Amino acid sequence: MTATDIRPSSDTLLTTKAPVKRSYGQYIRWLLLFLGGIAMVMPIAWMISTSLKWPHEVYNLKLIPDEPTIENYTYVLEDGRFYGWFMNSIIIAVITTVSNILFDSLVGYTLCKFKFPGRYIIFIAILSTLMIPTEMLVIPWYIMSQNFGWLDTYWGIMFPGLMTAFGTFLMKQFFETVPDDFLEAARIDGLNELQIWWSVAMPLVKPALAALAIFVFLGNWTAFIWPLIVTNSPEMYTVPVGLSGFGDEADVAWELIMTGAAISTIPTLIVFIVFQRFIIRGVVMAGLKG
Amino acid sequence: MSSLTLSDLRKSYGKTEVLKGIDLEIASGEFIVFVGPSGCGKSTTLRLIAGLEDVSVGEINIGGRVVNNLEPRDRDIAMVFQNYAIYPHMTVKKNIAFGLRTSKLSKPEKEARIREVVQILDMEDLLDRRPNQLSGGQRQRVAIGRAMVRNPAVFLFDEPLSNLDAQLRTQMRLEIKKLHQRIQNTVVFVTHDQVEAMTMADRIVIMKDGHIQQVGTPEELYRNPVNIFVAQFIGAPSMNMLSASVRDGRVMLGDMALPISAANLAEGMPLKAGLRPDDLMLNPADPLLEGHVTLREPLGPETLLYVETTLGEVILRAPGKNPPEVGEVVKMGALAENIHLFDALTGEVVK
Ligand SMILES: Nc1ncnc2c1ncn2[C@@H]1O[C@H](COP(=O)(O)OP(=O)(O)O)[C@@H](O)[C@H]1O
Ligand SMILES: [Mg+2]
Repeated sequence: MTATDIRPSSDTLLTTKAPVKRSYGQYIRWLLLFLGGIAMVMPIAWMISTSLKWPHEVYNLKLIPDEPTIENYTYVLEDGRFYGWFMNSIIIAVITTVSNILFDSLVGYTLCKFKFPGRYIIFIAILSTLMIPTEMLVIPWYIMSQNFGWLDTYWGIMFPGLMTAFGTFLMKQFFETVPDDFLEAARIDGLNELQIWWSVAMPLVKPALAALAIFVFLGNWTAFIWPLIVTNSPEMYTVPVGLSGFGDEADVAWELIMTGAAISTIPTLIVFIVFQRFIIRGVVMAGLKG
Repeated sequence: MSSLTLSDLRKSYGKTEVLKGIDLEIASGEFIVFVGPSGCGKSTTLRLIAGLEDVSVGEINIGGRVVNNLEPRDRDIAMVFQNYAIYPHMTVKKNIAFGLRTSKLSKPEKEARIREVVQILDMEDLLDRRPNQLSGGQRQRVAIGRAMVRNPAVFLFDEPLSNLDAQLRTQMRLEIKKLHQRIQNTVVFVTHDQVEAMTMADRIVIMKDGHIQQVGTPEELYRNPVNIFVAQFIGAPSMNMLSASVRDGRVMLGDMALPISAANLAEGMPLKAGLRPDDLMLNPADPLLEGHVTLREPLGPETLLYVETTLGEVILRAPGKNPPEVGEVVKMGALAENIHLFDALTGEVVK
C-alpha cells in the first residue's frame, strides 16, 4: 500500500492541522472555482462601484471610487420616475408570479392526475411552445395588444407571461411524485377536486412552487424587450425599461443606471431568501410508509 | 339486514375484464376478508365499493341504497390504504380532523368525536406530531383514526398491514380485531395473506382471476374447500395433492384403495386426493402411503416432516417430541373424513 492510498478525504483535510500534501488537481480546481467566482461577482461589484461615483469619474476604470458619494442614491430615490417604475415592476412581477403559481400548477396537476382523451396531445402542444423564441412572438403580441387596446397598460405588459409552458411542465413533473393514494384518501374524506388540488396536492409540491416563484419573479423583474415595446408613456415603464433611458440622448448617465440597478436587486434578493428555504425542505414522502 | 350487497359486479379496463361478476351479501357488522393472490382483483373490488373507480356492470348497495352513481363522500364508507396516505404536511390531530372536514356536525361534536377516537386508539401523546416523527405502526393507527372519526357504515382496508414488520403485523391484527369488536361497524378487509384472513375474518371471500372461488367462515374454508385452489391457498403448509384415479369401482391412491365410496364416479376418472399435513397420521393401523423422511423442520411443539413417496413429496405435521429421523422410512394414513377428493381436470371437489 502506498502513501497516497491512505490519504484522508478532503473533508478531513479542512479540519486537521497536520501538514498534508495536497495534489495539483486540487489546486487547479480551486483556481477554476476562484476565477468563476470572480467572473460572477465582478459585474455586481462594478455596478455598486459605479453607483458610488460622481459622473466625471464614471469612465475612470477604478473599482474603488476616489471620492465615494451616495448622491446618486438620493437623486434616484427622490426622483419620482424611478419610484413609479419600481412600483410598476413590483405589481407586474407579483401578479405574474401568483398567476403562474396558480395556473401552471392547476394545468400541470390536471395533465398529470386526470386521464382524459387528448391529454397527451395537449401536453405536447404546450411543451412545443417552449421552442418558439420570444423575439418571434413579440410582433404577434404587439398586433394583438393593438387590436384589443392593451398597449401601454399593465395587462398589456403582463398577459404573455401569466402562464408559462415551462412552469406547466415543471409542475406536471412534480405532481408525478405525489402518490395517488393521498388524492383518493381526500376524495373519500369528502373534498371536491379543487379542494384536493389546493389543500392536499399543492402543499406537497411546495419546493417546486418555490422554485417556480423564483424563476417567474426574476424573469419578469428583468424582462426588457416586451415591456419596452408595449409601453409608450414613461409612467408605464418597468425598472429595466426606465433605467435604460436615464440621462439624455447625448449622454447616458451610467452612475444613475447603476444606482437604479443596485436598488432593484433588493427585491430579487428578498424573493430568493424567502422562497429558497422551501426548496430545501422536501416533504412529499414523509406521510407514506417509512 | 345486509349492509353491503354486490350484485354481478364487473369491471373492465379497456378490453380486459378484471372482475368477472362478483355476487356477495355482507351483513351489518360483519368482518369480511377478501383474500387471493396478487392481481386477482381484490383492490379493484374495494375501489369500486369506495367509488374510486366506476362500475362497468352490476350494482353496489350500501345500507339499502344503490350507490353506483354516488361520489365516494356520499357512500358512507371510509378507507385505509396500504401506504397509510396520511398527509405529511399536517399534524396527527389535523390528519384525524381532516376526515370530518366536510361533515355537518357542529364544532363541539367534532371535537368530541376526535377525542373519542384518539382515546380508543391511545394516541393522546402523538397529537402534535407530524407523520415523519411517527413509526410505521403509529402512522397506520393515524390512518385508522382518520377513517374512524367518520363513523362510516363500512370500513374498507386495502392490505393495511403489509408494510409492517412481522411482529407489528401480528400486533396490529389483534388491535384491529379488538377495535371491530368494540365499534361493530362492517369491515371489508383485503389481504393476500391467508393467515391474516383466517385470524381476522368472520367470513372469508377467496378470489382468483376476478372470480369468487368460495365464501365461508375460516373453519368452513379449511374443512370443506370447494376446489383445489381454495384447498391449497388456505392452511400452511398447504394441502398435499396426490394423483388418484377410479379403478374397479374403487378410488385408488397408487396401489392402495382409499376408504371412500366411488359411487357417482366414472371408471378411470383422474382425481386428486388432498391431505392436510395436520390430518396425516404417523404409522397408523391401515397406512395409505409410505416413504422416507428427507427433511425435518422443528417448530417446537411440532415438527414438519418432508417425506418422499412414490407418488411425490408429502408434508406431514409430526409431534415435536421424538420425531422420525431423516432417512427413516415412515408409513402414513388419514381418516376417511379428512381425505379431500377433487376432479383432476376441473379442480372441483367431488367429495
Ligand atoms: N387502472 C388499471 N388499468 C388497467 N388494469 C388495471 C388497472 N388497475 C388494476 N388493473 C389490473 O386489474 C387486475 C386486478 O388488480 P388488483 O385489483 O389491483 O389486484 P389485487 O389487489 O388483487 O392484487 C390486475 O391484473 C391489474 O393489472
Ligand atoms: Mg391490491
